[in-house]
Formats: sequence, structure tokens, C-alpha cells
Amino acid sequence: MEECLNIASSIEALSTLDSVTLMYPFFYRPMFEIVEDGWRSFMPDQEFELLSSVTDEWRLSCINKEFSVCPSYPPVVIVPKSIDDEALRKVAMFRHGSRFPVLSYYHKKNGMVMMRSSQPLTGTNGRRCKEDEKLINATLRPGKRGYIIDTRSLNVAQQARAKGGGFEQEAHYPQWRRIHKCIERFNILQESLIKLVEACNDQSHNMDRWLSKLEASNWLTHIKEILTAACLAAQCIDREGASVLVHGTEGTDSTLQVTSLAQIILDPRCRTICGFESLVVREWLQAGHPFQQRCAQSAYSNSKQKWEAPVFLLFLDCVWQILRQFPCSFEFNEQFLIMLFEHAYASQFGTFLGNNESERSKLKLPQKTMSLWSWVNRSEELSKFQNPLFEANSLVIWPSVAPQSLQLWEGVFLRWNRPSKFLDEAQEEMISIIKYNKELQAKVNALRRQLAEMETDDRMQENL
Amino acid sequence: MEHIRTTKVEQVKLLDRFSTSNKSLTGTLYLTATHLLFIDSSQRETWILHHHIAAVEKLPLTTSGCPLVIQCKNFRIVHFVVPRERDCHDIYNSLLQLSRTAKYEELYAFSYNPKQNESEQVKGWQLIDLAEEYKRMGVPNANWQLSDANRDYKICETYPRELYVPRTASKPIIVGSSKFRSKGRFPVLSYYHKNKEAAICRCSQPLSGFSARCLEDEHMLQAISKANPSNRYMYVMDTRPKLNAMANRAAGKGYENEDNYSNIRFQFVGIENIHVMRSSLQKLLEVSGTKGLSVNDFLSGLENSGWLRHIKAVLDAAVFLVKAIAVESASVLVHCSDGWDRTSQVCSLGALLLDSYYRTIKGFMVLIEKDWISFGHKFSDRCGQLDGDPKEISPVFTQFLECVWNLTEQFPQAFEYNEAFLLQIHEHVHSCQFGNFLGNCQKEREELKLKEKTYSLWPFLLEEQKKYQNPLYNPDFFPGLSLLEPNTVSFNFKFWRNMYHQFDRSMHPRQSVFNLIMTMSEQNKQLEEEIKELEAKIKRRSGQSAAVLVKEHQQPAHPAPTALKTPPCFKKEQPLIPVNDAVRTIEGSNTADNRYSEFVEEFSKSEPAVVSLEYGVARMTC
Repeated sequence: MEECLNIASSIEALSTLDSVTLMYPFFYRPMFEIVEDGWRSFMPDQEFELLSSVTDEWRLSCINKEFSVCPSYPPVVIVPKSIDDEALRKVAMFRHGSRFPVLSYYHKKNGMVMMRSSQPLTGTNGRRCKEDEKLINATLRPGKRGYIIDTRSLNVAQQARAKGGGFEQEAHYPQWRRIHKCIERFNILQESLIKLVEACNDQSHNMDRWLSKLEASNWLTHIKEILTAACLAAQCIDREGASVLVHGTEGTDSTLQVTSLAQIILDPRCRTICGFESLVVREWLQAGHPFQQRCAQSAYSNSKQKWEAPVFLLFLDCVWQILRQFPCSFEFNEQFLIMLFEHAYASQFGTFLGNNESERSKLKLPQKTMSLWSWVNRSEELSKFQNPLFEANSLVIWPSVAPQSLQLWEGVFLRWNRPSKFLDEAQEEMISIIKYNKELQAKVNALRRQLAEMETDDRMQENL
Repeated sequence: MEHIRTTKVEQVKLLDRFSTSNKSLTGTLYLTATHLLFIDSSQRETWILHHHIAAVEKLPLTTSGCPLVIQCKNFRIVHFVVPRERDCHDIYNSLLQLSRTAKYEELYAFSYNPKQNESEQVKGWQLIDLAEEYKRMGVPNANWQLSDANRDYKICETYPRELYVPRTASKPIIVGSSKFRSKGRFPVLSYYHKNKEAAICRCSQPLSGFSARCLEDEHMLQAISKANPSNRYMYVMDTRPKLNAMANRAAGKGYENEDNYSNIRFQFVGIENIHVMRSSLQKLLEVSGTKGLSVNDFLSGLENSGWLRHIKAVLDAAVFLVKAIAVESASVLVHCSDGWDRTSQVCSLGALLLDSYYRTIKGFMVLIEKDWISFGHKFSDRCGQLDGDPKEISPVFTQFLECVWNLTEQFPQAFEYNEAFLLQIHEHVHSCQFGNFLGNCQKEREELKLKEKTYSLWPFLLEEQKKYQNPLYNPDFFPGLSLLEPNTVSFNFKFWRNMYHQFDRSMHPRQSVFNLIMTMSEQNKQLEEEIKELEAKIKRRSGQSAAVLVKEHQQPAHPAPTALKTPPCFKKEQPLIPVNDAVRTIEGSNTADNRYSEFVEEFSKSEPAVVSLEYGVARMTC
């Protein structure tokens, strides 16, 4: 009994370490050869290089080099060329947590962009900031209008003014139309996850209880809200031909869900393995989603940690929903998403440690820990995450958000509760059919070529 | 046809079912003797069989015309707007008449002519031979025999002529037992399990009232239990909820008293009756048909409809039955009230779980012929084939198909057939295009001379069986009499979107893995053929030509060094088999598609204020 208690308290202590530097990534020594250092795989300047090959309206700003302007931003950010660093400093003062609007996505098809930021600090007396207006207007084509997607309800946004926050007033931003799309945050999401996991662990056979618990968890409602907001952003850009600014309060949670999912919908590159990794790095890690706070104890957090919330898991779930509807358009498979979910919560790699780039650089993670990408991007690992059905699809993919089209992500939530032997075997059978198909195609091609050659040889001989 | 006044109406709009704006297709509506046909401006055709129409409704006149809503038994719902009220009224009246047939002879099957000659027609009807099926199961044998008691339908009108009973059940026992059972449906063999020597038997409820008993019936049950040498105990499963069964006692019916029958174990399994099922489906369809449905309304609607609860109850009952046979080697007698609804569901699902033959395409046809058609599931009444009592209509067979679909989801490799097969059968159960499902029992079918006047569905399905084959099927996976043990914890049961929304394409995945794999495995067969041909050709040629070439063709997979010489004809290689591309095409993602505005609707739903953009095609909430 005593031993059991000892073990229990040890586990308790070890699973809730206070100091990041005591965590596993700092002690983990890889047993594999590093081909490419994942810490250097996705650098902002590479991203900018790609951008500058299609447009010269943007520039790379090093204003945040020492994390002095915005602690949750990376050292370099992409901003409109016409806005200088001095103006950026002023805009930073006007935005919550200094998160001034930066480029999130450039839509090559029509040159429209998606930016993200935090809420403007208008307060109750309607403060304005000329530089802020100038900055976001700089992204508009002459005579065109843009959309501001506020991920809070109008009510919540209005209440934020009392605390110094707020939203863009029509009067000061006449070229922008504001749309409120409420996405829930923090403890509401956390409670939703706890309820969902509880429902999934209930092995009782009662159908009504299962359905009402699933409903009460609200998880799929959150999925629908997030997907809908992301579709809206994508729609404004692709179909309306308008630029978009997305923000909520801090711009580190729902904002990132919307901007990253919109890119999955719009940009075929984000549906490749490398492109998706790059998306996670850009839109989540570098963009300052506080992983350490959000992904601590998952559904079993009993200490009611105020900052815990499954924001990233919801994002992955939304990606899975789109993947299910477009099973041939993604280079990666469900396992890849599950792997990311696991590593976001507990990992031997340093990638998801810390809350932003500034903390990561203080912890010297790139020097002291291994990057997840160094491990994943080796061909042995990659092969596990490849979708055999993948065929590059350059189109924009519009998912259905009808409740009949959304499903519980069984691979995550029912993973330990249902036998998956038969499903796994069916999956393997499917892969072998695809492989066999490729082999046969190659063989037929080879034989055809051989035959044709024989024919030409014969003809040549005849001619001789 | 005297019912048709207007045969053609132009400028008719077909509205999108889930669209909140008035997105529509314009086209021409044609009314034929058998179908309603809509051809839109891009020449796409929508055919609706009159027999599929469950309800026609004329809505109040709007500025754009007169709306006509047609609900079909295959869950298609179409919403037309006819410009002139007079036309709409004519079509409405015609459809009302045409969709309500008074006599069997007016059903489509009697006029349907698939260009088969007489011998093909006869052969088609002989495709499924139930005597052959009982032989396959292993009867007649030492314990079971064919009884001629019902040869002239004298004992039970709703049973088939040929019935299998225990050898020890003499004619007086059969006659006596049948008099003690509702509608004369006495206990007979439905499935015989060779390895366990155990049987699934079926019957209707006993006319026991509060205290009546019948020695012959008691002997009948005893004969069944004695026919099983491995276990003298037998289960009697009453598939009704206990309350219902008890209520029946007041009407002189009821259930077996364990004290009067030796060696039986009596068990209620609680599947609700046809009326509960009918209203459950109605509620389900109401929910799933709601425009701008929220996730929570959907889930609570799903819960309140009770539909999945009923599906689970049916499958749970089958699992109970199968356990008795597989684990205890005990025979099971299944009944409900009349023994043609719930009993058919449970017996057929039980056999499907026990015997892999029923998981093949042909075997599934046999199963339906045996437990549903021959044992008198009242297809005509339950599907409302003729204009009759609407209270007799009930989705009992649909539930059976849904249970099978759930099993195919849990065991993706155990079934030779796919979802499309189940959907197609469902389609034709209601279409009245083939004779199989017409009428309520075999006697009625013989009187209608269906085998001469109509065609059987099965040969047509077999002919196009490529469409219905599951590419992942592996017959060695669960061979012979290997048992399927489904998990029936609630979360395994899902809403069957492809059934209830089969015509609402916008809700389906845009790319279907299943179709892709199906085409691929089809393509693999073609490729194998082609490889054979090519190899033969090469062999022939190399036989003729110099020995140098022989070397080369021994490594046909690596022709790299010769690639430089490739003659121009090689361009053909690229689109090896173009089918592939068609499957991969993404529905609704090209520029011509309309999903865009649909999205805007999705967005605008939850918001109270809808403001039009001055320059936009779109309406968004601001």
C-alpha cells in the first residue's frame, strides 16, 4: 500500500514538473542520425523568399529582434513594405500584447492577403491610431474593401472595451467590414474536452446517454464554429477577392485556428507534409500560441489550470474533418495528426516547449533539445505518415460544415476504447491494393516500351 | 393514362434542399406514365419513379410560382417551383393519383420490360433456390425434415409451402401448434448451424392469454430441443418489450409460460413495434431535413428520434441469439407478435453473423428471399406499395439494411458486397419495378402470377455486381461458419448519411476512398490481363528475332537503358487508364460550382442580421 502511494506521488510530481528544464527533452538523447536539423528547417526568411518571388509589396522586418517590441512574436515578421519600423512601434502600442498586424498568408491566385493581429486597444473612449489604420489599409488594392474577422461575438468585443480592448470602429476603418464569428476560448473548450473524454470512456450501452453526453460536450459544435470561421475567411479571400484581417482578443488562439485552417483550404502546399509542418511552425509556434500553458494536462487536468485549453487539438480535429472529406488531397494521413497531438502534450523533443519564440530562445531549446522535425522528416518515419491516396490537388477545397458531415475523431477519442484490429487490417489491405496498382502500372509501361522497341528494331531491320 | 393532364411544363425551378437563398436549377418537367422527369438547362436528368413518391405537397403560392414538394421513399426530397398555379395543380393531382396505386396489376413491375426473353425470365426467377439453400445448411438430416403440411397453404397462408420441422414433430403436433399460434405461424426452421447442430427457429406469439396452454405446442418446442443433440435446453426469445407482450395476454395472446414448457429459457429482448419505428424514422427525417441545422440540434434530434437506439436494440437481439448458438450450442426459437417483422430482423441478422455465406452477394440475396420474402414479411403493407392503411407502413426492412451497414463498417473485409448494394436493394424494395418484393406473402405472389408477369431483381443485380463488390473483401478473413462478434457499445452506431442523405451530394465527402479503391482493384485486373498479353506478344516476337532481345525481356521492369531510343508513339503511356482521373475529380471544387453561396448561407444562419454587400454576390452578416 505504501509503495503504491509512493509511486502515485512520484508520478504526480513527475507529471507536473514546475521547471521546463527538468523535462524529458532536456535529457533525451536521440538514437538516430540527424539528417537535417529541424530547428533550422523552417526559417522565416525562406518563407519570405518564396513570397518575394511573386510580390514586392512586403518586407521582412527585424523590429522584434530582441523580442523587445512584442514578446510573443518571432524576431522577424512580414509587414507591408510601405510601413516603416517606427510606425510598427506605434501600432504595437495600439494592439493587445503588442501584436500588431502581420502577414499570415498571401493568396497567389489573386494577390489577396490574410493578416492577423490582436484586438485594438480602443477602450471606452474610442482611441484610434493613424498608423494602425494606415498599416492595414496598405494591404488593400485601390478602391477595394477588406474584411475584419473578429473571432469574438459582438457582445464580447464590446465588453472588451471596458478593459481597454475593443474592435475597429467603422468610422476609422471605412474600407473594412467587420464580421463577428464567435469561437469559444479557454475553460469552455477545456470543459468541452473533459466532457467529451468522459463520454467516450463511458462503456455503458445506453444510446440516449451516449448521444446526450456527446451533445453536452459541445465538442462538435466548436469544430463547426471554427471550420465555419475558417471557411468564411477563405471565402472572402478566394471568392470575394478581398483581403482579410483576423483577430480575437490576444490573437494567440482562435485567431490562429482560423488563419491556419483557411490556409489548409486555400493553399495546396499546406496539405503536404512539409507544408503542414511549416504551417504549424509559422502559424502556431512562431506566432506565439502558448503551448506550454494550453497543453499541460489535457483532459485529465484536475488542478483546474486556468490556461489549459485544447486549442491546438481542435485545430488538428478540424484538419482531420477536412482530410476525411478530401481523402486524396493530403500528403499526410491521420497518424500524422495524431502524432502531432501527442507531441504537443508530451514529447521527448523540444519543439512544443515554451510559450513563444522568446521563451524558447531563453531556454536555448535549439541547442539543448532535439527538434521534433529532425525526427519526423527522416524517410523511415515519413513513410508511416504518408497518405497512399495522395494526388496533388491544386484546387481550393471547401469542406461541408453540416452536422451530418462532421464526425467524432475516433482515432483520437475512441482510440483506447474500441478494437481497431479489423479497421487497421482493412487499411493495410487498401494500401496493398494501391501499391499493387502502382507496380502493375510500372510493369505495363515497361512491357509496352519493350514491345514498341522490338517493333521499331524490326522495322529498322526491315529497312536495312 | 387518364390521370395525366399536363405532360410537360417548362421554366420549372428545382430548389436546393438545404439552401436558404433561392438557389435553383431551371428546366423542364415531364410527366410520364411511370416517372416524373426533370431536365435542367445543362441536360442533367432527375428521374423520379411514381412508386417512390411517399408524399406530394403543394405549398402556398409565392411570387416566383407555385412550390411543389415531393418526398420519396428512398429519402430523396425535391422542391419544384412551377410558374403557373394551374400547371402545378395538374401535376399535383396527377402525382397524387399516380403514386397511389389501387391494384397490384397497375404497379410498374407489370409493365416493366427489360428486353429479356421468356427463358431468361424463368431462369432469373430460378436463380435463388431455397431448397438448395436448406441443403447447403445441412437439412434435411437425421433430425430435421421437410414437412408437406403447408403444401397447399392450408395451415398457414403467410408461410411458404415448404417448411422444415423436427422429424419428431408429427402432423397432428404441427396442426395443433399452429392453432395455438397467432396467424397459424407455428415454429419452423429458419437456419440450421451444421457445426453446432443448433437451429434458429421462428414463429408467432402463442395464444396463451393468461393461462391457456396447448400440449401440441409444448410438444413442438420439445421436438425442437430434442432435435439438437448438443444441448437439450433451448432459448425462446420474445423480441418484444415485456410490457407489450403482457398487454397482448389480455387479447388472448401473449408469451410462453416457462412452467408449461420443459427445458426452455425464456427471454425478452425489447425491440419496439412497427408504429414506434415509423414515428422514429419520421422524427429522424424531420431533424436531418432541417435547414441550417446546428450540431446540438442534430445530436439531440438524433437522440429524441430514438432511431439509433432501435438499430442497436435489433443488433443486440441478434448478438444474443448468436451467443446462444455459438457459445452454448443451444437452439433458439424467435418470435414477436406475428413473427414477420422483428422476428425476420433478428433471425436474418443472426444467420448473417453466424454464416459467412450470407456475407456474399449471392448469399445476401438468399437470406432476403428466405427470412424476409418467403416467411411473409409484409413488404407490400410495410412499404405502402398500394394505397392502403398508412399505419401498416414501417421501416422494418430499412432497419435490417442499416444493421448490416453498421456491421460492414465494423468489419470492412468480411462482406463481399458494399454499401451501394444495400442502397440499391433499398431502392428496389420500394420501386415496385421487380416482382420480388410485391405482395405480402408467397401465396399472394403465386396468385398474382409474378413469375410469369414480372421479372426478378436478383439477376439484374448480379449482372452489374462489379458495382456492388467490396474491393477490400477477403473471404479467408472469416471463412465458413466463423462468427462475427460486433461491438455494440453505443458509439459504434452512426447516422447513416449515405442512406438518409444519398441525394444530398453537398454533404458527402468530396472524394470517395471507396470508389477509388474499387476502380483501382478493377484496374488491377485489367492490368494483369494486359501484362499477360504483352508478355505473350514479346515472347512471340523474341522467338522470331535475334537472341539479343531475349536477354532484355528477362528484366522487363528495368528498361531504362533503352529509354533514349523511345519512339514517339510512347506518349500514349501517360494516361494509362483514364478512369482514374474521373474518380479523383473533385466534385464541387471547380469554378462552375455553387458551393460558394452555400457557404455564405451557412455563415449567415446563426447571425440575426443579414446585410447585403453592395458590390457582392454574397450576403454576409456584419
